[in-house]
Amino acid sequence: MPVAPAITDLEQLKNHPAIVRLLGWKDSAIQGVKFDREEMTIYVDRSDIREACALLRENPGCPFNFLSDVTCVDWYPSEPRFEVVYHLLSIPRKERVRLKVRLNSSSPTVDSITSVWPGADYFEREVYDLFGVRFAGHPHLRRILMPEDWEGHPLRKDYPVEGYR
Amino acid sequence: MAHLTPTPVLEPGQDRTMILNMGPQHPSTHGVLRVLLEIDGETVVRLMPDIGYLHTGIEKTCEAKFYQQVVPLTDRIDYLCPLTNNLCYVLAVEKLLGLEIPPKAQWLRVLLNELTRINSHLVWLGTHAMDIGALTVFLYCFREREEVLKMFEMVSGQRMMTSYFRVGGIALEPPLGFFDRVRDFAGYFPERVDEYENLLTGNPIWMMRTKGVARLTAEDAVALGATGPTLRGSGVDIDLRRDMPYSSYEKFQFKVPVSQEGDVFARYMCRVQELRESVAIVRQALDGMPEGPIKADAPGIVLPDREKMKTQMESLIYHFKIITEGFAVPAGEVYQAVESPRGEMGYYIVSDGTAKPYRVHMRSACFANLQTLATMCEGHLLADVVAAIGSIDIVLGEIDR
Repeated sequence: MPVAPAITDLEQLKNHPAIVRLLGWKDSAIQGVKFDREEMTIYVDRSDIREACALLRENPGCPFNFLSDVTCVDWYPSEPRFEVVYHLLSIPRKERVRLKVRLNSSSPTVDSITSVWPGADYFEREVYDLFGVRFAGHPHLRRILMPEDWEGHPLRKDYPVEGYR
Repeated sequence: MAHLTPTPVLEPGQDRTMILNMGPQHPSTHGVLRVLLEIDGETVVRLMPDIGYLHTGIEKTCEAKFYQQVVPLTDRIDYLCPLTNNLCYVLAVEKLLGLEIPPKAQWLRVLLNELTRINSHLVWLGTHAMDIGALTVFLYCFREREEVLKMFEMVSGQRMMTSYFRVGGIALEPPLGFFDRVRDFAGYFPERVDEYENLLTGNPIWMMRTKGVARLTAEDAVALGATGPTLRGSGVDIDLRRDMPYSSYEKFQFKVPVSQEGDVFARYMCRVQELRESVAIVRQALDGMPEGPIKADAPGIVLPDREKMKTQMESLIYHFKIITEGFAVPAGEVYQAVESPRGEMGYYIVSDGTAKPYRVHMRSACFANLQTLATMCEGHLLADVVAAIGSIDIVLGEIDR
């Protein structure tokens, strides 16, 4: 299969507009990078995510001004267990970037980015509903798809596909 | 289904307002959308959509299936554009695998996707007009939609849940006479669009109900995550088919209709123009349809021909292996987005190197578009809520998944 190996060396990727902007903010902003299958992934610390999104949104030259998606992956039983995934799109430059935040199962909480993009509202509620990841600063973090009195978070890997019987 | 017992707080001085429940069983909510409205006389003060009534946990189900078994599930997300969902999913898996798809399969995919867009927009136009009170249009739209569904039945055996695309290509060669039928349809369809426009575009009642109603500015639309005609109706010029082409869309010439006003009428105009552009793409696809195979040359992934299975041992073994144990996909993750009739349909797939996806996430266009409803309606008349819901073209199956 002609899939090129992923590039994880920051030096080779530092010309990407999102990486330039984040490194220009502070050196510790980027925890890791991955360029795989023509897609750029940047790992960000959970305390930086809101600021990083705000910076990329206003990035001169290549503003990642559109939030496509927020979702989550559960890597149970390994730690850090949760990866919250943000897909940003630059409408003027037609480019995408993926931001990721890793969270431990002991405190699955990350800052909400609804203050940067109000459209993150439903996506964060969905992640909260199905994974139990909390978003600090979200205006009304409540279940969105499951009934309000539902127990458990169905998309977690330790939740059986058939549900609890 | 967040608010089973809705009690929006009424502050002192606001005792003029009342709470009105709309749906989930309401003809103009296109499925099972429930909307809670706080109204002051006829004016909407606050609006809260309540979703989740159709949640079936498709994302969880996908994690328990082989990659090829997920294709029929993707149909059921959005029952008005099943082929768009098929396409987006198989493109994502093919990207994970690094598969090259033969040109004929790519062109067939484009052809069928544009027919799907026509099908979806026709249902939207008919029901949207019916919501606002123009009943006739519905009958005309469904007449043409029936023809599109018959073409789907011809290629896939199914009218709605087509499941026609496969990882690595297309399930079957289109039957004899299919292309003639499509060409016939593409020949007379533009006249039919004129017919719909004669009924609506210049109609004074239609204009009064749609012009200046449920406005959405470009800034709000971008900030709220709107895509597709909902975004283009507000003057933001982006279409993934043109701007981030997939499946050979870069080889087709078409215009992307954009309107500046951001009201119901602007979104209506965008979609009606898209109908015409889609026919143009269908015609180009018919004229330039390449020859060749419809499946990639990847024996461990693509099911072999039935004929070969009867004569060649390897084909039989591959068939048995793919059906019983699936095919392993190299570890990694991709996000693949396509322009569905409603906006950006995206599949985020994480593979851990096994034959079942570790995580499948569907970024549905309507889910994000629905967030614009409150901005469109608050401060305006109750009667316009129905027009606004129709104008974002929601499909609840896709929202709730």
